[in-house]
Amino acid sequence: MTTVEGQKSGIGKDLVVYVCLLALAGIQFVIAYQNIDIGQKFTRMLSVACIEAGLAVLFFMHLWSEKRAFLIFVVVFVISVLLGMQYGWTDSTRMLVGAPFSK
Amino acid sequence: MSQADLSLGGHSTSAVIEPPFSIPTKKLAMWLFIIADTMTFAACLVAYGFLRHGTADWPRPFHSITNVALMTFILLTSSLTMLIGLRSAKAGDKATAFRWTMITATLGIVFALLHIREWFGLIDEGMTMFKNPWGTGLFGASFFSITGLHLTHVVSGVIALLVVGVRYKSGRFNADDIEVVSLYWHFVDLVWMFVVPLVYLLNLSQ
Repeated sequence: MTTVEGQKSGIGKDLVVYVCLLALAGIQFVIAYQNIDIGQKFTRMLSVACIEAGLAVLFFMHLWSEKRAFLIFVVVFVISVLLGMQYGWTDSTRMLVGAPFSK
Repeated sequence: MSQADLSLGGHSTSAVIEPPFSIPTKKLAMWLFIIADTMTFAACLVAYGFLRHGTADWPRPFHSITNVALMTFILLTSSLTMLIGLRSAKAGDKATAFRWTMITATLGIVFALLHIREWFGLIDEGMTMFKNPWGTGLFGASFFSITGLHLTHVVSGVIALLVVGVRYKSGRFNADDIEVVSLYWHFVDLVWMFVVPLVYLLNLSQ
């Protein structure tokens, strides 16, 4: 395969990912107008956003083409820290219902 | 020779120092920056979620999705133009790479202008960092903080694209530098994918 052919096929793949991202972004806007409660909206929108982010990182940022060890390092490290940030939600619920914080 | 050449005890030894994960140093540095910046944005969004969840009179001031949809389209398209620029740079087509990098920067400028126009619209409606006519003042603080941080990243990205693009054209930078700046630009796009649903779409007036 020549460089030009390789470049064209690469752009073809990029276009597919781009269209997928546009479609997923469109789905988020559709979810925004669904007649469901805010918790369900949040879950659905966040799920779509995670899929979008995954596609962008793997194919636009070419993480998929990097060494597997690096891919695993990035994914495991980022997900661990993001999960660690979720510890405060119970206190947020306390704020909402006016319950006192534990001493 | 690109790698270190060591001379020990009179014996010449060629030592190949592999960068971690076999990734060029500049690119690895950008990845580490992106990972760190992910934590910054994640902390802001989680703090925002905490406040939104725990505040009963959270405002829903957005009436239309037109502006945010247009901004999303522009930013996603700018990622595609950046990719085309990068592929051209890797193929050695300098003129095309420069052109697409400049198109990406222009789209970034359009995005920033739309963003600022939206801010002025909200300010005209009476929203500031600490108060607004619709509910808790925390909304303005979190909205301007998150979108302001993102806008700062967009503006920095545009400046980086212009500088790297011009230097690439003049021969001082190479395709690897375009790749590094493209990583940053895609990250800015990626963050927007979370800002839109959490900050805009969940606050649409029904």
